[in-house]
Amino acid sequence: MTARSMSTSTVSSQRAVNNAWWSRAWTNNAPGYLFLLPWLIGFLGLTIGPIISSFYLSFTNFDLLTPPRWIGADNYIRMFTNDPKFVASIRVTLFFVVFSVPLKLAFALGVALLLNRGMRGLPLYRALFYLPSLLGASVAIAILWRQLFAGDGLVNQVLANFGIEGPSWISNPRYSLWTLIILSIWQFGSPMIIFLAGLRQIPQDMYEAASLDGASKSRMFWKITLPLLTPVVFFNAIIQTIEAFKSFTPAFIISGGTGNPINSTLFYTLYLFQEAFGYFRMGYASALAWFLLLLVAAFTAFSFLTSKYWVHYDE
Amino acid sequence: MTSEAPRLTVVTGSDASTAWRKRTFSVISHALLIAASILMLYPLLWLLSASFRPENEIFNATSLWPSSWSLDAYFRGWNGLRVSFSVFFLNSFVIAILCVVGNLLACSLAAFAFARVPFRGRKFWFAMMLMTLMLPGQVTLIPQYVLFRSLGWIDTILPLVAPKFLAVDGFFIFLMVQFFRGIPRELDEAAMMDGCSWWRIYWKIMLPLSVPVLATAAVFTFIWTWDDFFAPLIYLNEMKQYTVMLGLRTFTDSTGESDFGGLFAMSVLSLVPIFVFFLLFQRLLIEGIATTGMKR
Repeated sequence: MTARSMSTSTVSSQRAVNNAWWSRAWTNNAPGYLFLLPWLIGFLGLTIGPIISSFYLSFTNFDLLTPPRWIGADNYIRMFTNDPKFVASIRVTLFFVVFSVPLKLAFALGVALLLNRGMRGLPLYRALFYLPSLLGASVAIAILWRQLFAGDGLVNQVLANFGIEGPSWISNPRYSLWTLIILSIWQFGSPMIIFLAGLRQIPQDMYEAASLDGASKSRMFWKITLPLLTPVVFFNAIIQTIEAFKSFTPAFIISGGTGNPINSTLFYTLYLFQEAFGYFRMGYASALAWFLLLLVAAFTAFSFLTSKYWVHYDE
Repeated sequence: MTSEAPRLTVVTGSDASTAWRKRTFSVISHALLIAASILMLYPLLWLLSASFRPENEIFNATSLWPSSWSLDAYFRGWNGLRVSFSVFFLNSFVIAILCVVGNLLACSLAAFAFARVPFRGRKFWFAMMLMTLMLPGQVTLIPQYVLFRSLGWIDTILPLVAPKFLAVDGFFIFLMVQFFRGIPRELDEAAMMDGCSWWRIYWKIMLPLSVPVLATAAVFTFIWTWDDFFAPLIYLNEMKQYTVMLGLRTFTDSTGESDFGGLFAMSVLSLVPIFVFFLLFQRLLIEGIATTGMKR
């Protein structure tokens, strides 16, 4: 009897401790979680949930109208063995990334270096160069671009003044992707601004010391400016590469949603859109989306792992 | 005017030659930069002038000055589709403004939690939030579409607007966290002493002190939603619901091939709100990019 009452009293005291712990945990943590609530709902319901379910859907033949049926790895097998359009879209996207990102960053860095030498009118130049980045994502600019590089477009009219008869750049598979690369380079303004901010962080006394030691301008660039700027280069390269992988609107507008001529502007995202919302092959499109996720994740991981060999952080 | 200062020193031979070199360098740089600016802005100016040209002149002139000015293309384009562009502009404005409100509210709440309120798991959730920045949207696209479809939200603005009230744009949370961390903690500690609740600290102290960052987030949200093409393309099928970007795209598909003047005029108008924001908030935008490295 006594043993029993003792045990119940330990249980109830245990419960009291538990309750106290809970109420302390509640008062300590509730405010934070209440503020976080909208984001938390969005994160679980619109990000984590969908990521998991699109992973599941990628193993089904989901078509939006009938319930998804499990088909194992068939989607992935089809992607890699029996889908020339997938291969084409990968090739187009990689080509675009490999050429547009370095060229864009080179322009951005070049102009930033020029502007950073205490140029008069810096705010004006900076604003003018930034404007295309701000407008560039718009459908209107893609429409303009389509006209510029059309057979009777502005580029060819200018070339005609020099007696050159240009092709229809956008309907020629040899050049069509290059018009999109040029459009991307045209928007070098925002990485340029980030470079300018980075250049301003470099302490001036390093240059003064170097010039006292008789270092030449080019030596100072290679030995001081560039190494100290590598964190910014790294940052810009990652952001711009991910953006390039996700690029959609210009290719859609310029090719009228087809990715033609001969799939030469079939960006990966455009192909995914066609599969999902043109043919309603949602299962296959989910597999494409997951492959894109893996691609971007692999690229990011690779960049971070190799960064320690070329990115200099302050010691 | 500081550049005048060196003239006060005695000019020796070598100083004169470096001064001359500097001057040449500066002339060449300016020439390069001006040439580059013209090259970059030429397409935009050409678009503007093409929209005022008589139709037969659009494809025969590289000059920027139309032989005669006319607003015809604007009237033609405005009513060039089954539904007039006033509907598209109204839709775009409503969507963009609701998105701004949603982003400011939801992102600042989350940012306040991350920057100020202590709770278990804060670091973990913050890391999760940073990871969503890298996430390609395609991977959540289809389940989200299925979800919104089952809610009956297709052909409404809800799929475009509602997620903003759940702070899905991690960029702005990150931006605001950075800013909030710069606000002296003494302020909220003093308020705590006076018995202020977290909510009052957020609402009465944090937000009023954060006008610059809120403005930056508002301007970027407006521009990004205004420009957005993908989400409206998927969720809005009825022409009455179209945004300006969808209207333009339909224009290129249907009448656009014959009425370039109208298409260009509407393209110009679609850029006007962004351009106005650029003129008004240029410094804010440039600082926003420089400090956080936002993509555009």
